[in-house]
Amino acid sequence: MAAKKIAITVKVWRQTDQKVKGSLETYSLSDISTDMSFLEMLDVLNDQLTMEGKEPVAFDHDCREGICGTCGAVVDGVAHGPERETTLCQLHMRHFDNGQTICIEPFRAKAFPIIRDLIVDRSAFDRIIAAGGFVSVNAGSAQDGNNTLVAQHRAEQAMDAAACIGCGACVAACPNAAAMLFVSAKISQLALLPQGHAERKMRAQAMVTIMDNEGFGNCGNERECENVCPKGISIRNIARLNREYLRATLAANE
Amino acid sequence: MQLDAKIPQGDLAGKWDNCRFDNKLVNPANKRKFDVIVVGTGLAGASAAASMAELGYNVKSFCIQDSPRRAHSIAAQGGINAAKNYQNDGDSVFRLFYDTIKGGDFRAREANVYRLAQVSNNIMDHCVAQGIPFAREYGGTLANRSFGGAQVSRTFYARGQTGQQLLLGAYSSLMRQVAAGKVTIFPRREMMDLVVIDGKARGIIVRNLITGRLERYSANAVVLATGGYGNVFYLSTNAMACNVTAAWRAYKRGAGFANPCFVQIHPTCIPVHGDYQSKLTLMSESLRNDGRVWVPKQQGDTRNPADIPEQDRDYFLERKYPSFGNLVPRDVASRNAKEVCDEGKGVGETRLAVYLDFQEAINRDGLDLILKKYGNLFQMYEKITDADPSKEPMMIYPAIHYTMGGLWVDYQLQSTIDGLFVIGEANFSDHGANRLGASALMQGLADGYFILPYTIGNYLAQAGFDKQPVDDPAFNLVEEEVNERITGLLKNRDHNKAGTQPVDYYHRKLGAVVWDHCGMSRDKAGLTKALAKIPEIREEFYENVYIPGTGQELNQSLERAGRVADFLEFAEVMVLDALEREESCGCHLREESQTEEHEAKRDDDHYSHVAVWEYKGKNEQPALHKEPLRFENVTPSQRSYK
Repeated sequence: MAAKKIAITVKVWRQTDQKVKGSLETYSLSDISTDMSFLEMLDVLNDQLTMEGKEPVAFDHDCREGICGTCGAVVDGVAHGPERETTLCQLHMRHFDNGQTICIEPFRAKAFPIIRDLIVDRSAFDRIIAAGGFVSVNAGSAQDGNNTLVAQHRAEQAMDAAACIGCGACVAACPNAAAMLFVSAKISQLALLPQGHAERKMRAQAMVTIMDNEGFGNCGNERECENVCPKGISIRNIARLNREYLRATLAANE
Repeated sequence: MQLDAKIPQGDLAGKWDNCRFDNKLVNPANKRKFDVIVVGTGLAGASAAASMAELGYNVKSFCIQDSPRRAHSIAAQGGINAAKNYQNDGDSVFRLFYDTIKGGDFRAREANVYRLAQVSNNIMDHCVAQGIPFAREYGGTLANRSFGGAQVSRTFYARGQTGQQLLLGAYSSLMRQVAAGKVTIFPRREMMDLVVIDGKARGIIVRNLITGRLERYSANAVVLATGGYGNVFYLSTNAMACNVTAAWRAYKRGAGFANPCFVQIHPTCIPVHGDYQSKLTLMSESLRNDGRVWVPKQQGDTRNPADIPEQDRDYFLERKYPSFGNLVPRDVASRNAKEVCDEGKGVGETRLAVYLDFQEAINRDGLDLILKKYGNLFQMYEKITDADPSKEPMMIYPAIHYTMGGLWVDYQLQSTIDGLFVIGEANFSDHGANRLGASALMQGLADGYFILPYTIGNYLAQAGFDKQPVDDPAFNLVEEEVNERITGLLKNRDHNKAGTQPVDYYHRKLGAVVWDHCGMSRDKAGLTKALAKIPEIREEFYENVYIPGTGQELNQSLERAGRVADFLEFAEVMVLDALEREESCGCHLREESQTEEHEAKRDDDHYSHVAVWEYKGKNEQPALHKEPLRFENVTPSQRSYK
């Protein structure tokens, strides 16, 4: 399909920092190529604002190929916008119509304080991983790689969970601002692989404790998280997280 | 500038052992007395920070992103090489060494490359132990694929996301050390300069990207793991934040910059589609296994590809390289695509693309089989371009992908500044003039997990463990210079002034000049022209760039401006290096130095060396030093793909 030019109106959340109140500002853009990515549209908006002497919109982004997990915003009420399994940077303007008004807001959650405009602080995710999202092995102490056999379907399941990019869309979409899809993805990856078994109980307890302390809510089975996940992480992982947590809290220590 | 590569004594296989034995050790109880700064949290930085913390050093880990997990290593697709020989197909440490040094067109150090091959197996073992979900065979053993033209299957992979999985593994080890109190992470910090005291790297000045404030950090040694400089070309497959600033600042403080003209261009990327474009996307080169590359024979043929009959198509790679066909190496495929586009036969709206056609493969093997192999890539292509490669040919064009050049380091990975170590893509080391597929991940992790943790001990053991106060006059002086640079960038306060432009305008302009004259093929006239144009753009940039806001707040325009300012200086040295190297080798093709078949022609008599540039002051020509390369275990040969 040949590229077209469209004119759009964007309503963007503007907020200087955590201390001040934010609001939606309206801007008009003409000559937006339908081949542009959503972030390239924001680049064009920012150059326009700059040359008008206004403050450009602050937004996080880096790889622009859907893998680093840095970008993200709520577009017309949907985290990462209307395309399924697509990060904001991989969303293209051909999915919008000429004359359309698009509302762009940050990922909102108590545990993700707004830093500026569309940028939020997701460092709570790092603290959850630090609590137990690892295998305790020092460099140099590993045995030969093929001494640990992993059934192919297990490795594939672990990879399905490990594909999480830590973008935080799951939290933004959840009515409870729960981080359970994120936490369960890491718990599942390491519960499915033999390498993770030694620390299984500690991991489930520690990660869930920090998750609660950081102010994330609980899963209410709304499935909004899996609907917006750009990597298609399934809520089956949350079921596995619940089993792992139960096992960790109920079963006796051997 | 003295270049002592410090290559250990002994035969090739024994050098690393000898080095480790000769290196001084730090007593385990003393390790906690040393602080180490690591800038960057990609594969090299995160693995180095984690491993040094495991040993007991106190590590301060800095990254430009909001979390250490986001560094651009995450985007690597293909896989990681190791000489395991699990496939029983004749692989060995020596073969991996040989393939790597030959692939680099004999412009890397034998001893370094051999060590890389030696530790490749330890990397795989460690990554498996971390719980990285590598692809497996039915019996549960690790799967391999062949990659990058190697004749053995030595590439390990986790779907098309190997870089992501390896990085998350290194990140998890790093976060474990954060919890243990051995690593402190400083995200959203950008290194603005290096502090050198009495000839030793003792600290860094960083800008807190949220508050805009400058912060000072000191240590007993500084490690740069700040990646490559591909974004000097503006458009590349690199992430938006990738930059040369940290390396460039170290260069201006006395670190030699090696082989800056060695830049890899990847042939199968999605073409540029408009002026607004911010980056290019790589499509795995495995597509060339079944796709046929062609352009219309007639210039300016705008018919739909399906309407162009066979006799009007030029399958130029198959025509020119009958034995390798579409599978010629990256540099050859890239140059030929450029050549046909320069002849006016390019396709697509911009005429800067060639077709990669799967029709014959689909007719031969059936759509199902082709989708099984490439389905995810077809999907990714369709998402970006809105065209379905199973119905019409893909359009591809080469793009800047990886930089083999970087800060010069000796065998211990130390730069020409004492106490400044450089690892991963940021150093020049192991790939020579061209990097093989699946070798970048291997090198980043080799440096971080298994080389630097040993060699930095040798330095620290001799450097003493005095703490460096950050109120030292040297810190004041460097911070003052950083402040001046920021003020200089913010001096234009009138956005209505005639000629004023935002930052990216100048970055695009610089990118176009270096892409045209220092890209896929280079000649004296073009390089000379670029050398004249770059200072003009630089001048225009300082005269007319308008950056909104202040330095005392989150200011993404200011961040980009600082990086562009450094690219505008660095580009000159890159072009100078390309001009100076009057031979072709690997990715560096000088029009003047080609075989009769238009292939890269090396000149070993005059250029079998590492070119190292030394900063000589503002407006001074940098000095060129040469580290000769000696080949005692392999014989340099001419590549041919006919």
